[in-house]
This record gives sequence, C-alpha cells and structure tokens, in this order.
Amino acid sequence: MMNTKKIRNTFNWIILCGSTLLVCLFLGVILWDIFSKGFSSLSWRFVSAFPTHGMTEGGILPAIVGTVILTFITTLFAVPFGVACAIYLNEYAKQSLLTNIIRASIRNLAGIPSIIYGLFGLALFVQALHLGTSILSAGLTLGLLSLPYIITTTEEALKRIPNTLREATLALGVTQAETIKDVVLPKALPGILTGVILTLSRAAGETAPILFTGVAFYINGVSSSVNQEFMALPYHLYMLSTQHNDIEQVRPLAYGTATVLILVVFLLNIIAFYVRFKNRTQD
Amino acid sequence: MDAIKLRAENLNLFFGKKQILKNVSIDFPKNQVTSLIGPSGCGKSTLLRCFNRMHDLSPDAKIEGKLFLDDLDLYDKKNSVTDIRKRIGMVFQKPNPLPKSIYENLSYALKIHDYPKNEIPELIENALKESFLWDEVKDELKKPAVKLSGGQQQRLCIARTLVLRPEVILMDEPCSALDPISTKKIEELILKLKKDFTIVIVTHNMQQAQRISEKVAFMYLGELIEFDICDTIFNRPQKELTQRYIGGHFG
Repeated sequence: MMNTKKIRNTFNWIILCGSTLLVCLFLGVILWDIFSKGFSSLSWRFVSAFPTHGMTEGGILPAIVGTVILTFITTLFAVPFGVACAIYLNEYAKQSLLTNIIRASIRNLAGIPSIIYGLFGLALFVQALHLGTSILSAGLTLGLLSLPYIITTTEEALKRIPNTLREATLALGVTQAETIKDVVLPKALPGILTGVILTLSRAAGETAPILFTGVAFYINGVSSSVNQEFMALPYHLYMLSTQHNDIEQVRPLAYGTATVLILVVFLLNIIAFYVRFKNRTQD
Repeated sequence: MDAIKLRAENLNLFFGKKQILKNVSIDFPKNQVTSLIGPSGCGKSTLLRCFNRMHDLSPDAKIEGKLFLDDLDLYDKKNSVTDIRKRIGMVFQKPNPLPKSIYENLSYALKIHDYPKNEIPELIENALKESFLWDEVKDELKKPAVKLSGGQQQRLCIARTLVLRPEVILMDEPCSALDPISTKKIEELILKLKKDFTIVIVTHNMQQAQRISEKVAFMYLGELIEFDICDTIFNRPQKELTQRYIGGHFG
C-alpha cells in the first residue's frame, strides 16, 4: 500500500516538474535563438542611426522612437480612463446585475483578437474622426486594446485593500472621495503600476492594431507631430522578415530588431517586478 | 436621572430580507461607559455601526426607526454624515492604522477638517498623551504606524479618534485582538476617557464589561433583552435569558 502511494506521488512530481522544465526549455530556446543571432548586429550605430540603402544597412532609430512615442500616447489615453473606470466599479458601483454584465463585458473585451481592434481603430479614429493614418490613431487604438487589462488589474489591486482601512478614515468624517485619493489609491498604487506596466509592455509589442492605423514601412526623419505616420519596432521586424526584397541579407537586422524589442519589453517587466518587490518588503 | 447622549427609538435593520435588529430602543447616558454584550451574531456590532452611519456603504442595508445624538436626528437627510462621524468616533475590532507615519495617522483627519496648521502638533501630542502612547512613541513619530505592536496600534487608533474631540466613542470589541497586558492598558484608558466622552463598547469579555461599565445591555437574536446598571445585569438579572447567558449556559 505504502509503496504504490509513494510511486504515484513520485510519478505526479515527475509530470509536474517535467511540464515546468519543458516550458522553461522553450523559453530558453527562443531567447537563445534571438539573442545569439541578434547580438552581433547590436551596436551604438544600430540604435542611433536611420536605416539606409533600402533598409539593408544602418540602424533602427525611427522605429525605437516611434514605439516609445506610441506607448506614451497609449499610456496617456488608457491609464487615466482605465483607472477611473476601475475605481468606479470597485468603490462606487453597487453590486447588481448591470455591473456584473459590465464586468463580464470588460473581461470579454480582453479576449478580442488584436486585428479586430486594428480594423475598429481604422474605422473610428482614422476615418470617422478624421485623424488619418497617424501615430495618434495608432496610439488610441492600442489604448482601446489596453483598457480592459488595465481596468481588470486595477480592480484586482483595489479589491486587495481591506475594507477596514476604508472604514478607518470614513469613521473620522473623511469623505469617500478623500478616502480613495489619500488612502486607497496610494496603498493600491504598486499593484496598479504592475498591471499598467505589464499591459503596456504587451501593447508595445503589438503589430496588428497599428497596421492599418498609422505604422509606415519607412519614413525619413523622426516624426515631429502626432498626425504623421511612424515606424515601430514590431512592424519593422515583420517587414524585415517577410516583406523585404532581400530577406536573407537583412536577416541579421531583423534579429537585431527582435533583440531590441525584447530588451524594451524586458526592461518594462523588470520595472514592474521591482515595484512589486518593493511593495512586498514594505508590508 | 442621567443625561441621555445617544438614543435609538424602535430601530429595525434589515440586510436584504434578513432582519438583524428587531425594534431596539435604547438610551446611552452621557459620560458613562455602556457595554453591549451577547452571543456572536446577536446584532451588537450592527447596532453600534448604526450610530456613525457605517451602514451607509452597504447598499442592501435598510434602517427603520430613529437615532439621535442629543437632539440631532442622525438619519435626517439635512445632516451631513461627515459631521456626524466627526462627533461620533469609532474604534474597530482589529487595529487599522493608516499606511502612514504615526504622526500622519493623527494629522490626516485634522488637515481634512481644516484645523489651523499651527495647532496640529499640540493637538496630536495631547491625544497621544491621553491615550498613554506619548512616552512610547514621542521619539519616533515619523515611524510607519504598522511597525508598532498590536496594542500600541490600537491605542494609536484611539488617539486618532480622540484628536478630533468627538462627543461619543463607539468601540467594537477593541481588545479582542490584543494580549492581556495591552487589554489592561486599554481598559484603564477607557475608564479615564469617560470623564470627557460618552463610550459605548461591544465586548465578548464579561469580566471586562463588569470592570469598565456603568450600564450593560444584553442582546440576543437582534433584540435588546435587558438593559440595566452593571451590578443588576451580572448579579440580579431580571430575565431568564440574561441569567442563562451570564451563567455561561450558552453563547
């Protein structure tokens, strides 16, 4: 009896541990493949120069700048609205059928394929609102895509704040709005920031939503206004790997671009990790 | 007769369809300590929280009847809830210091209520002295309040309530999360505070009720069964239910 239990236990352990190792293996292979092939093309020139000679040489500066500005516009649009919506849902709205439907809808929005956001952005921002194919249209589209994630993670962060803390200030004659501003939000901030940063790092790597709304194959010069087209890292990578005349020749550049994109996302994730870690040691 | 500070008249409270308080009428005398006792779930805390309108945030709570602070109708729409909560302070079961420094825990509400800036330090010092905490924390007022011990945190929460000079202090089992030494300190504090404040305290500890209160109310299943001076409730209860509860036959 004891023995079969032991064997079964070991068997379970092997399955679970094996699955974990397998996942890590895939991740390792992907990272190794990209970094080993992309590292050789990384240089100061690569991140600080414009592409030259039909993009067979030179750097990817406009794509880096484009992605940074794009993410900035996304942040500006999605974070205030998303956080405000989460505050309303968690702090003010009564638990009712209606709010449950709103919540379920928001969660479902998170599951909509990004290409549909792209087409929606094209119809709404580019055409209906006459913003044209521009970094503004693309940023707003990515903002829409990010909203459900930001709302959901912010609401989770607010839910983790114990009610006793809200009662503490309410019982002192402090209004609900002041309680949220001075006690709830500061306490939830690390959780909110983590969700925001992870969402933005995902948005920064999206290609489909910006495809129809403003990303360009090539622009000469960094765009100076939000109503111009722009270059972005994920699209640049897509273009170098599938659309270029001479794919073999630009392959190192494609790997270099992938490395930079991963490093950017990685950096954002490290920031999120640091924020969470700092919060955990505080409590 | 004692002057009446706080009063409930024919109070009924429902959470959804469930009735939690059944026709409760009770007068709390001024500058005395009144204990609410009774088995868990009998509605003691629910009754307490009616007075500073903490049920306002539960959308399914429905209150019938009248509640008064002196002559002020607590549920009259004309009266501001923040003013009421400023006049009727509350100390909770679990110490709930704000995630701020010791000093800010007390200064926060003062700033919100627009106390003059130059008076704030003195008010804070007095409140900390009143709650027997000053000597323990005077050198580290900038320390995060959560770093204090449980008993110190609870005294800080009492100081935070005192600093606004309320007229009534509601205490919802303030010692249930504390060790015996901290409990003793809080009890001494309560006895001292009743000179200036009217105190209503919910407690599960009958010795505590006997030690600190002038009057005791026994509640059972949402009803006020018996309300009398402490000595009567514990030594000559009139109702059989009270007798059985005091005797430890249920609860």
